[in-house]
Amino acid sequence: MSAATMPANTEALTLSGAEVVLRALKDQGVEVIFGYPGGAVLPIYDALFQQNAIRHILVRHEQAAVHAAEGYARSTGKVGVVLVTSGPGATNAVTGLVDALMDSIPVVCLTGQVPTHLIGNDAFQEADTTGITRPATKHNYLVKKPGDLARVMHEAFYVAKSGRPGPVVIDLPKDILINKAPYSDAPTTPHRSYRPRTEPCPEQIRKAVALLKGAKRPIVYAGGGVINSGPEASALLREFVRMTGFPCTNTLMGLGAYPAGDPLFLGMLGMHGTYEANLAMHGCDVMLNIGARFDDRVTGRLNAFAPDSKKIHVDIDPSSINKNVPVDVPVVGDAGRVLAALIAAWKEDGAGQDKATLTAWWRRIDEWRAKDCLRYRQEGRIIKPQHAVKRLYEITQEMRRETFITTEVGQHQMWAAQYFGFAQPNRWMTSGGLGTMGYGLPAAMGVQIAHPDALVIDIAGEASILMNIQEMGTLAQYRLPVKVFILNNEYMGMVRQWQELLHGGRYSESYSAALPDFVKLAESFHAVGMRATDASDLDRVIREMIAIDKPVIADICVAKDENCFPMIPSGAAHNEMILGPEQEGGVAGVTDEGKVLV
Amino acid sequence: MSDNGNAQRAATIAVLVENEAGVLARVIGLFSGRGYNIDSLTVAPVDETGRISRITVVTSGTEMVIEQIKAQLDRLVPVHKVSDLTTEGPHLTRELALIKVVGKGDDRVEALRLADAFRARVVDATTESFVFEMTGNGEKIDAFCALMRPIGLAEVSRTGAVAIARGTRGLN
Repeated sequence: MSAATMPANTEALTLSGAEVVLRALKDQGVEVIFGYPGGAVLPIYDALFQQNAIRHILVRHEQAAVHAAEGYARSTGKVGVVLVTSGPGATNAVTGLVDALMDSIPVVCLTGQVPTHLIGNDAFQEADTTGITRPATKHNYLVKKPGDLARVMHEAFYVAKSGRPGPVVIDLPKDILINKAPYSDAPTTPHRSYRPRTEPCPEQIRKAVALLKGAKRPIVYAGGGVINSGPEASALLREFVRMTGFPCTNTLMGLGAYPAGDPLFLGMLGMHGTYEANLAMHGCDVMLNIGARFDDRVTGRLNAFAPDSKKIHVDIDPSSINKNVPVDVPVVGDAGRVLAALIAAWKEDGAGQDKATLTAWWRRIDEWRAKDCLRYRQEGRIIKPQHAVKRLYEITQEMRRETFITTEVGQHQMWAAQYFGFAQPNRWMTSGGLGTMGYGLPAAMGVQIAHPDALVIDIAGEASILMNIQEMGTLAQYRLPVKVFILNNEYMGMVRQWQELLHGGRYSESYSAALPDFVKLAESFHAVGMRATDASDLDRVIREMIAIDKPVIADICVAKDENCFPMIPSGAAHNEMILGPEQEGGVAGVTDEGKVLV
Repeated sequence: MSDNGNAQRAATIAVLVENEAGVLARVIGLFSGRGYNIDSLTVAPVDETGRISRITVVTSGTEMVIEQIKAQLDRLVPVHKVSDLTTEGPHLTRELALIKVVGKGDDRVEALRLADAFRARVVDATTESFVFEMTGNGEKIDAFCALMRPIGLAEVSRTGAVAIARGTRGLN
C-alpha cells in the first residue's frame, strides 16, 4: 500500500487492544498487577509475556487478587491493579470489589469478557460482569469499540483515585483485546461529568473554626479519609490537634492517622473502642469529624449518639453528610486541604481559647482513662490473645523494623486494633466496612510486594485464615516473607462471643472443628510453621517468626473463651458500654430492637 | 435540620446524564439498592448531539432521604447535574397518557363528551373503541381514568412525569 492510500490514523493502529491496555497501565505508572489467567484474557497475558515494564503476580484465587491490590494500594497510596478472566474470574473478584468500595480503596480491575458478538448468548464463561459489579464498584465500563479503549483505561484510573476513591471495573471483550486499537495519552482536559470537589468552602471553614474556638468539651474524630488523603493529611491532623490541645480519636479505618503513643490520643472509638474515646464522644459539645462516616460500629444507638453536641463533618463525599447523623456544619472537601484551611483559619481568628474549660474536660477524660479499659491479666500458662498481640507489638517496636499489619475479621482484628499501636498512616490494613474474612493474607501479600524489605504481619484467626489459605502458594512462589500470626482459639470467636452474650450461650456452628495442623500446613506450602501453646513460648516464637526470612505461620494457641472488651452491645449508646466480663450482666438489657442489629 | 424529620414529601428530581450504556441501570439500581421509592421515571436524550439525556424521577421520602437521593445521584460518574425541582422554585409537570376505552352506544357518546371536557384528543377509533391522548398533571389523568372506568376503560399507557422550571431558570 502506498503512503498516499493509507488512512490517516494507520500509524496509531499498530497496537493490539491488549497492548493498548498495557501501554495505558505503564503510562499510569503501574508497576505491578495481581491476576489469574483464563481464556478471555489470554491476549493480555500474551502481551505481558513480551514486556518487562509491568510485573504480574499470580494469585491462587481472584478474590485474593483484589485484596492484594487493596493491600498494595493502602500501603502505598497508589492505585492497585487486578487482572482476571471472564465469568468465574469476575464473579470471584466481586467480594474484593465490594470490600474496596466499602473502605474507599482505589483499585482498577480488568476483567475479560467473551467477544462482543457473543455477549448475551450465554457463551462459555460469560457473565454479565458490568451488571453484577455495578453496585460493587464506584464505576464500571464495558469496552465495545476499539476507539474507546485507551480513553476508558485512563478514565478508570482517574475515577478510582479521585474524590472518594474506590474500585473501577473495565470489562474487556476478547475481540477488543485482539484487534488493533488506537492509543491516546491520558486526557489533560477535565472529565465531562465527574469533577469531585476537594477545596472546602471558606464560609464553612469559618463556621467550623467559630464552633471549635468556643468548644468547651471538644473532640476530633478522624477516619480513613485522612489516610486516603495522603501522609500530609496525617501530618496536618497532628499539627491541628497539637495546636488546639483537643483530644483525638481514630476509627478502625483511621488508625495511624494520629500517632498511638501521643497523650492527646484516646485510642480507637466505637463498638470495641476505648472507654475514654467513647465517653468523650458521648459527652462532647463540639465534634470535628474528619474523613469518617458515622458508621454504625462507631455511633451505637443513633438517638443517643453524642446527644449534646454540635457536629462538624468533613467529607469528600457529599452523600456521606447527613446520611446517618444530621450535622451542623458540613464541609465538603479533601481531608488534607480542609485541615490546612482549618489550621490557617484558626491562626487568623482573633478569638482566644478557653484553656480552663479545656483543662477541666481533660481532667474528666483522664478519669475515664484511669479505668484502664484495655487491661487484662496474663496469668498461668494459657496465652491470652490480648497478650499475644501486645507482645507482638512490643517486640516489633524493639526491632525497629518498618512494620505493616493486616488482619482478617473477628476478635483478633479488634484485639489487633486495640493493642497494636500505629505511629504512622498506611501501616494498618483491615477490612472495615465489609468485614471480609480472608482479607488479611492476600492483603499482606500486596503490602509485601510493595515493601519487599518491610516486616509484614497478618494477625489472623484460625477460621478467617482458611478462607484464603491457598495464597500460601503465592507467598512461596514469590518468596514473600509474610508472617501469619494466628490467634487460634478454635472458635469463630466473635460469633461465639455474640452467641454467649446475646443468644444464651448456644454456640451454633461457631466451633472450628477439624482444623488443619497449621505447622504442617505451612511446611506443605514451603513455609515455616511454628506453634506456641504456653505463655512461656510466646516471646520466643514471635522473635523466631520475625527473624526468619521466609513466609511463616505462627499458630498461637490462645484462651478459647476470651471475649473482646470493652464492648458497646448492639443498640446501646456509648455511655452504656461494657468494660469486661465482670459486667457482662449489662448485656441482659439488650432489647429485641438491639438484637436485630448486626 | 428541620424538626419534623420524619415527615415525608414528594420530590420531582431532574437529572442530566451522559447518554451512555447502562446509565439508566445505575440510576434505577441506586434507588432499589438503597431502598428509595420511584413513583415514576422518564428518560430521553435532550441535546442536539444526543449525548445528554434528561431523567425525571418522582420520588418521596423524608427531607434527609431526599437529600441523600440527590447526593447519591450526583456522585454517579456519568451524572452532570441533579436538581430538585420541587424545592427550587415554581415548575411545570406534565404527563402524557394514551387511554383505550371500549364500548358501544351511549357509552361512546359519554366517553367523547368527557374527553372533550378534559381536552383529551381522539387518536384512534373503531366502531367499538377509542384511544384518547391527553396531557396534564398526574391528578388530571387519574381523574379522567376514574370517569372512564365504568364506561369501558380497557387499557392505559402513561409516560410518568416530565418537569421543567418556570421562567428563565435552566438546569444546564
